Amino acid sequence: MSDDNGGGVKLARKDFQSDQEVRWCPGCGDYGILAAIQFLLPDLGVKPEEMVFVSGIGCAARLPYYMNTYGVHGIHGRAPAIATGVALARPDLHVWVIGGDGDMLSIGGNHLIHALRRNVNLKILMFNNQIYGLTKGQYSPTSELGKVTKSTPFGSLDHPFNPVSVALGAEASFVARTHDMDRKHMMEVFRRAHEHDGAAFVEVYQNCNVFNDGAFDTILSKDARPNMLIELRHGEPVRFGEHQELGVVLNRFGEAQIVRVDEVADAALLVHDETRSDPALAFALSRLADHPTTPTPVGVFRAVSRPTYDSAMQLQLAEASSRNGPGDLDALLRSAPTWTVG
Amino acid sequence: MTLEATPTRRAETLDRVVIRFAGDSGDGMQLVGDRFTELSAAFGNDLATLPNFPAEIRAPAGTIAGVSSFQVHISDHDIVTPGDTPNVLIAMNPAALKANVRDMAPGSTLIVNVDTFDDRSLAKAGYPASPLTDGSLSGFSVYEVPMTSITIEATKPLGVKPRDAERSKNFFALGLICWMYTRPTEPLVDWIKRRFGNRPEVLEANLAAFRAGVNFGETAELFDHPYEVKPAQLPPGTYRNIIGNVALSYGLVAAAMKAKLPLFYASYPITPASDILHELSKLKNFGVKTLQAEDEIAAAGAAVGAAFAGNLAVTATSGPGVDLKSEALGLAVSLELPLVLVDVQRGGPSTGLPTKTEQADLMLAMYGRHGEAPLPIVAAQSPGDCFDAAFEAVRIALKYRTPVILLTDGYLANGAEPWPIPDLDALPDISVPFTTEPNHGDEFWPYLRDPETLARPWAIPGTPRLMHRIGGLEKEDGTGNVSYDPENHDHMTRLRAEKIAGIARDIPPAALDHEAGAEFLVLSWGGTWGVSTAAVRRIRARGLKIAHAHLRHLHPFPANLGDVVRAYGTVLVPELNLGQLSRLVRAEYLVDAQSYTKVQGVPFRAADLEAKILEMMGK
Repeated sequence: MSDDNGGGVKLARKDFQSDQEVRWCPGCGDYGILAAIQFLLPDLGVKPEEMVFVSGIGCAARLPYYMNTYGVHGIHGRAPAIATGVALARPDLHVWVIGGDGDMLSIGGNHLIHALRRNVNLKILMFNNQIYGLTKGQYSPTSELGKVTKSTPFGSLDHPFNPVSVALGAEASFVARTHDMDRKHMMEVFRRAHEHDGAAFVEVYQNCNVFNDGAFDTILSKDARPNMLIELRHGEPVRFGEHQELGVVLNRFGEAQIVRVDEVADAALLVHDETRSDPALAFALSRLADHPTTPTPVGVFRAVSRPTYDSAMQLQLAEASSRNGPGDLDALLRSAPTWTVG
Repeated sequence: MTLEATPTRRAETLDRVVIRFAGDSGDGMQLVGDRFTELSAAFGNDLATLPNFPAEIRAPAGTIAGVSSFQVHISDHDIVTPGDTPNVLIAMNPAALKANVRDMAPGSTLIVNVDTFDDRSLAKAGYPASPLTDGSLSGFSVYEVPMTSITIEATKPLGVKPRDAERSKNFFALGLICWMYTRPTEPLVDWIKRRFGNRPEVLEANLAAFRAGVNFGETAELFDHPYEVKPAQLPPGTYRNIIGNVALSYGLVAAAMKAKLPLFYASYPITPASDILHELSKLKNFGVKTLQAEDEIAAAGAAVGAAFAGNLAVTATSGPGVDLKSEALGLAVSLELPLVLVDVQRGGPSTGLPTKTEQADLMLAMYGRHGEAPLPIVAAQSPGDCFDAAFEAVRIALKYRTPVILLTDGYLANGAEPWPIPDLDALPDISVPFTTEPNHGDEFWPYLRDPETLARPWAIPGTPRLMHRIGGLEKEDGTGNVSYDPENHDHMTRLRAEKIAGIARDIPPAALDHEAGAEFLVLSWGGTWGVSTAAVRRIRARGLKIAHAHLRHLHPFPANLGDVVRAYGTVLVPELNLGQLSRLVRAEYLVDAQSYTKVQGVPFRAADLEAKILEMMGK
């Protein structure tokens, strides 16, 4: 699949592949995500040199090395901060941020929430495998309570984050979830993220077949998907199940609940609206599944329009220039009382 | 109504005077100190200032902890320090007296606001009995002035309530000092009118208090006669008064202009560096982008990102922030991207003394990163010099594609001096070209170096055919691809060190002020330039021979430094730390450099350094 990029040259997947050998473990979910990105990009009408992939540290964070774009493999947790610098310095670029659950929600949690609240024009893909892979298998901030790992031989005592809830709590303007088993779904969600003007946060469920194999099997195995994945579609009632027999309603506390459709009136079903300016509805949906063992919403939770930090900054610079004229340093130096000697 | 501070009695001429205003944090001492400084600068005196204030915004009123002071040294000749001991102390309350009287020389003048010397205030300051009556101040000329009550009286006709009137007493003190030192008062009256133009009642009260202070000096017959300090004969030029943080900000803007790059500045609020953010954030019409980041780490990270994207990236902080930024600095060393980190040093360790000065981050700048991570270090020597030091730091960062640490300190940051406004046209072009073409056949190798500078190419996103990925993992020489090869790592580590060491060829030799026959060298760096210069002048005034070298570049050292330090029998390094440069010099040149140190949150006194030198000379 390829498209005309304005220069009359059709780009293809290979145009976004670097010459470096991909070195994830055989069978890693990261391969599928990388492929989805590389299949999608030629379609976006953006030249490779206009893209920057910024990452932190971890297995996922190696992804920029495999992209034939500009890229920075940064330091643990700081990718959103580094990417913020890139985006503010150069609003003309398309900046993607890649990291894992440890990188973005543990050591880099602070940068993530601030990038989201500022609404810097970044496309943030968080590969969630619920484990530390590169350091060989410690529990992560998304690992389930009680998880037995090398660092928690008696079970983890940490209550995990729900990444979508965290992003919504930070009032991210775009929040979505997808998974590494469905390239088409990933490409569609990534495309939506790209098209969104502002910070986009996408949680990608990703299987670590070495240290946390099958973490998402309960919801992602072929047989499980119809009853365990809730496809969110803007403007449509939230329904799922093999025969669309299940649905979601809001109870009197505003909490989302799963019901059998035949037990409620059709009109009672929640109609998804990703454009609500208040994140409460999206948050309620995000609470449906705290662990990937019960029916879990995927797709776009929230996509609202609000000014981006980078464009607001550009606007301030332009306004200051038109109000005060372009900067005159000599005049600035002489703006305090002066006196002349000799 | 015009106001004349010109006294009717004949003024005695002084060549210099050191005045210290001291009061409670809420008394407006920094403000009147600033005003007196501006007046004296515009009058043409040479000057240097030393603001000193608590870290707390409002420490308990009337306590020693809450005392804020502002020292200003004015003269009719070239001076280099804010002065060792004040000739005059204005103490607005007992705590201000108690906190500052120990710095006063016998015979000097104390002007106290006697209205505040009641039992309660004395007790808060820890005075068991009033020092005004117990004889403890008998060595000083003490003037008891009822500043509060005169101010209240003077503002009463304006209908100002006593509580509000009381707030204008700092202007009374300023008026009195202006009379004592025959300052032109017009500029101050204008300033009061401008500053308080939107609050007419405050404007009138401050003016009335100021006038009352001037008139009190003239009529009270408390003071025998006023003094004058004539303008100084500074080198020709147009001057303004400037503080270090402002000069540094302007230096960055000038450097960006001469580098033809947008300035990107990211930082997190921290004393005493925040004023750089305040200053730069005003300059949006210069295209300056400022980001107040969520933390120190993010500020450094954003600077790395902006540098990768082709902006002139700068982040500033103070010691604790440098700790946090270390990892990002290491990344910049590995990525070989231009970036300037400004460290406005303050007392440490940990939170330490946020508002007090120190020079104890030199080793942190040198070695405060894991692995072999060398980077250039530049230090400013005076408030105005922060402009030139910032320009130099940017020049090196861009030319060698390296992070540079620029060291200033709390004294330089807040201190003021007359500053000859530079001719911007005379500043060199420091722009470096972005790489726009493949450099290895059809390929682009991001680590293919310039044979001269060893700098790698700077190819920015948006440039076709030069897409590349770089990161903190060790890179293969040339291609920049990830490499775990042991020989390559050894090679790259040495290359990075060699690149920084080579900068020694591109910086001026250490400035040496030698005197024939001198066998004693004072070697100073950063903010101790002024006091070292003053001490050396004092030694020479005694007819003794001495030399002085000052370092702007701390890493690499100037190429001639080894020859310089080996040429003298004695080398003394005065530092506001426990001996950091002295250790570096000893290690580098195997010279028995001696150390003179102090960490009291304030600059050295020239007299103390002079005494140390005399002692070492056996005089």
